[in-house]
Formats: sequence, structure tokens, C-alpha cells
Amino acid sequence: MSEPLLDVRDLRVSFRTRTGVVTAVDGISFTVGPGDVVGLVGESGSGKSVSMLSVLGLIDNPNCVIEGQALFKGRDLLTMSDDELRAVRGQEIAMIFQDPMTALTPVYTAGWHISEQIRAHEKVSKKAALARAVQLLDAVGIPNAADRVNSYPHEFSGGMRQRVVIAMALSCNPSLLIADEPTTALDVTIQAQILELLKSLQSEFGSSIVLITHDMGVVSQMSDRVMVMYGGRLAEAGPRREVMRNPLHPYTWGLMASIPPTDGTRVARLAAIPGAPISPGDPDRDHCLFSARCRFVSDACRPQPELVEHIPGHFDSCVLPFADRVELRRQAMTPLEVAP
Amino acid sequence: MSEPVVDEGGLLLKARQIVKHFPIRTSQGKQLVQAVDGVSLSVRAGETLGLVGESGCGKSTLGRCLVRLLDPTSGEVIFDGVDITTKSRRELRTLRLGFQMIFQDPYASLNPRRRALATVEEPMLTHSLGTNAEIRARALMLLEQVGFDPSYADRYPHEFSGGQRQRLGIARALAVAPKLLIADEPVSALDVSIQAQVLNLLSDLQRDNDLTYVFIAHDLAVVHHIADRIGVMYLGELVEVGSSTDVYTAPRHPYTEALISAIPVIDAEAEVRERIVLTGDLPSPIDKPAGCAFNPRCHYAQDVCRTDKPTLQLLNDGREVACHFPL
Repeated sequence: MSEPLLDVRDLRVSFRTRTGVVTAVDGISFTVGPGDVVGLVGESGSGKSVSMLSVLGLIDNPNCVIEGQALFKGRDLLTMSDDELRAVRGQEIAMIFQDPMTALTPVYTAGWHISEQIRAHEKVSKKAALARAVQLLDAVGIPNAADRVNSYPHEFSGGMRQRVVIAMALSCNPSLLIADEPTTALDVTIQAQILELLKSLQSEFGSSIVLITHDMGVVSQMSDRVMVMYGGRLAEAGPRREVMRNPLHPYTWGLMASIPPTDGTRVARLAAIPGAPISPGDPDRDHCLFSARCRFVSDACRPQPELVEHIPGHFDSCVLPFADRVELRRQAMTPLEVAP
Repeated sequence: MSEPVVDEGGLLLKARQIVKHFPIRTSQGKQLVQAVDGVSLSVRAGETLGLVGESGCGKSTLGRCLVRLLDPTSGEVIFDGVDITTKSRRELRTLRLGFQMIFQDPYASLNPRRRALATVEEPMLTHSLGTNAEIRARALMLLEQVGFDPSYADRYPHEFSGGQRQRLGIARALAVAPKLLIADEPVSALDVSIQAQVLNLLSDLQRDNDLTYVFIAHDLAVVHHIADRIGVMYLGELVEVGSSTDVYTAPRHPYTEALISAIPVIDAEAEVRERIVLTGDLPSPIDKPAGCAFNPRCHYAQDVCRTDKPTLQLLNDGREVACHFPL
């Protein structure tokens, strides 16, 4: 395997608050290879966004403690100075945020946003930067790019705005693109357009993508590898096909069974996960954090289980006997009968 | 115009040619946002009608017209044999005992200064539905029914999570024992695992209380799961109505087909799946396209679609479709 582009080792992010320490990310390690699309899935509070924001140095909360390493092309992003980091961000690593309206400044045009970004990293004239902005807007599928380059954010629809943000992110040809819920604010038909666009741009530009999302379906459509996060830890990680076809962790089973079937079958009730996601402020962390909601909980869930590679490349952090997983999964994912 | 073939006796709600236009002032002078443009539908007692469509298609406006939170520009809504569009505010108050609404944002739809128990008691006190002791007992029963431990009764909304707040909103809506619940995107603000819990709760409550639902959502997979019949809306009009399974597995309107195709499916072999990606955005409801409103984005559009507006027609399989060339 080639040298990873991003190598995150034992990343921990915690916040000191008035009521105690809140652990948002609790020791995750993963790599992103060149050209990889990695999907990071989890519910609100699972630490999926915070982990990537902290890697990019985008958390400026003085009470935030970040530990571990995040090697990008061999250099640790977490120990870089602000100036070094600024040179990497935007040029080599770009980010797309969920809400395209707040990611753009309302008083400047689309062209200004993109050319500003280009000129921050490269010595080019305003005219040349604007010409590249037009090309980029064209590449992300904005009709009449030459005219639209002078439009303001409010003159674009939500989907078009997200295209502008993507054009901005791609403007310096980054080798890593971090997309944080890029389609969550969009309608489903527009979401399909943006996902297609990201896919085609990925094959054209060859960037690696870390796709942060709560939607298993989106991950399944887009990524080569999937990481499922719960309570700031990795519950399961592996190649997409493996994880989709043979999910090993009860949380992954629950996530998949919570989504109404999309194949046209109808069930009376969904096999929902009981309870609410764990609070990151809970001080008792030396156990499987999902155990409180898991129907297979036992004494073995304490202390905190290790991430084990049961199948080559496919990791999970559950203590259930590996041989029983298929049968237990069948039980867990079968929709419950209607209660009498 | 075809009227849906249904047993009139079993109808709980019937809407006829609902139109809701909002006048706005733009640089081109006064214009009309045609949010809902002539929608007729009927809901049988005990069933769930799902209304699905993208943002701006008018599904929420329609939902609000159905309970007269908005006054429709024209058209009539008949609930349980009574035309509620002609009633006064005072008369509506009593009529609303029959239909209640659940809102999308459980953070905005609860009074932050009122405890859970008082939130659920309030509608019963307003309508004097019993003695204080009876009302308290029923409120506690409702809190339990939506899955709360009695110790939660004295909590304020900010002490609840999003899913719990939505359950509280459901308990409040059920307080006056309505026949019909209109739920406007009740699960779209919730995490997937919580979404499944609330959907299960709604199914259980329907079974236990003989409820009728109008379930409004943008997520077709969720609507297919919960609804018996689905109405698909596009730019203020119904483009397809039929049984949930039929509409989902064999759509007959090109828009429904595209909407289903756009759902991201959990699928190990994702790359083999061909999908229809609609080009372009939803047109503005101020300036709707001539002919069929969907024609600029439709793969099958022909000349007649750009000039003649198709009306909702009853096809021989019981489906209603507004398309010149149903699939």
C-alpha cells in the first residue's frame, strides 16, 4: 500500500467546561490514502465533525485540548504553526461545510470568493484568478459561468450555492477534500446532483475525500471505506462493501435497521435502537459506550473493548463472539413484531 | 376532472381545489407566490396519507390550510362533514378538538417556560375537558403513553433532547383526543436512531387510538414506511396519488420516478445502480413554467407538455397521475 496522505494516530479532543471535561473524540486512528473516499458516519455528538475540524486546526476554543498526531504527507498538522497551517489549508486540504449560505460572504460575488482563495495561495493576477473562477464554476456545472461569476450568494439556489462552495474548495487543486455533511441541507434530487458532481470531480482531480455524514445511504453511494463513530470512538471501520454487506458492530446494525427499507418492502415497526446517544460529558467511559443501548450487553462490555481486525481490513470494537455475529445480526435487524 | 373513487362514508377529511396564493412585492411590482394551486384530496378514517415533495412544493402550506392555520385563498376543507373554511375563529376553536398538528421543530413549538405536564394539560384546560384532577391524570397517562417516566413531568423543554421534545409535542397534540393528526416533517430534525423510535411511536399510537394521519415529509422512504397512501407534490400541485406500495415500487409520474431514484440506498454494489439525476432546480412558484410545471426538468417532456397543463387523471389501476404520458 502506498504512503497514506493523512495518517491520524490516537486523536483525542476534549473540552473543559464548567460541568467537567467533555470528551468529543476519544482516541481514533485512521489513514486516508491518495484518491481514497472515506465515509465517516455517526449521529449528532459522535465526534465526526470535531475530529476533522481539530485536525485542520479549526477549533479556536481555548478550553479545547487536542492530543495525538495527524500526519499529512508526513508532517504533523497538530504541531504546525498558524502560518504553516494556513499554507496547507485551502491549498492542500480544503473543506466543504454543510450550510452553503454561511460558508459564503453575502456581500461578495461568487467570483470574488474563488479568486480570493486562489490569490491567497498563488501569485496570479486578479484577471487570471477570475478567469480560473469561471472555469471552475463551469466545471461544477453552473450554467452561464461567465455571467454567474458576478452573482452574489443570495442570487443562487441552495444547490447552486453548494456548487460555488465546491468550486472554491477545488480552486487550488487540493489533495484532500473534507466534506462535512455537504448535502444535508439540500433536497434529495439536488443531493443526488451534488453527489454525482463530487464523484466525477473526484475521478477527474484525483483528490482524496473524507465525507462526514449521518446518512448511511450517502456513504454507501460514495465511499471506498466506511468508519462508523459512536461516542467519539470508532465502532467499526472497513471497506464499504464489507461493512454494508457484513456489518459487525451492533451499533452499525441499529443504524441500518433504523432506516425504513428502501427496496419497496414495508415493515410494521422499525428495529430502532432504544435510548438516546451517549452524552460526551459522561465521565464513566471505561466500557463500550454503546452498551447502554445494546440488547446484547454483558459484563464483557467493561472495560472498554479494543478495536479488533476480525477480517483483514475490517475492524470493530465489539466483544461478542465473532462466530455468532451473523445470527445475532439477523436477530437485531429483524423488525420487531407489533407489540400486543 | 376525476374525483377519487372512495367510499364517502369513510371519509374524515376532504379538501376540494385548495388554492393558497401569497401576494408579495418584488422589483417587478406586486406578484403572487402560488404556494398551493388547486389541490384536492381525501383522507379516510384510520388511514395515513403521506404528502411528499421537495422544499417549496407547498406541502407545509397545504397542511396548514387543512387545519386553517392559514386561510386558503379558495377551495374548501370538509372535516367530518363540516366545511371548516367558512367557520369563524370561535367556531374553529371547538372544531379543532377533532384535528391537531405536530410540527417539525420540537425546539420552537414548545413553550420554554412551561413544564412537560403543564404543556400537555394546557389544551385540555383551554377546552375545559374535565376537572383539574381528571386533566392531570390524563396528562400523566399521555406522557407515559409516549414513553416518559413520571419523573419527567416536572421538567422544562430545555431539559429534554430533540427526540423527547418531539414526543412531548405528540402528547400535547393527543391531549384533546383528536381524530386527525397533521404531522409536518415530524422526524426530519432528529437523528436516525431517534427518528426510528418516533416513527414506531406514531404507528403504535395510531393503532391504540384509532388515529388518522396526514404525514408531511420530504423523505420518500420515511413516507413510504408510514403512509398507506402517498400524494406527491410538485410546485403546489399534486402530481401523483396512489397506494404507498404502488407509488413507491411502480411510480407513474416522471417526477415521482426521479424522486425515488434520488434516494441514497444502502447498497454494497452501489456502482451498478443507474439513477435518474434531475437537472436544474425547482422553478419559482412566482413564475411557474407554462404547460406541465415539471416539463423543464422532465426526461420525457414533449411539445404538448410545454403548452398544455395536465390535470390529475384517474388511471385504470386506481392511481391518479397528472401527466400527459404516464409511465
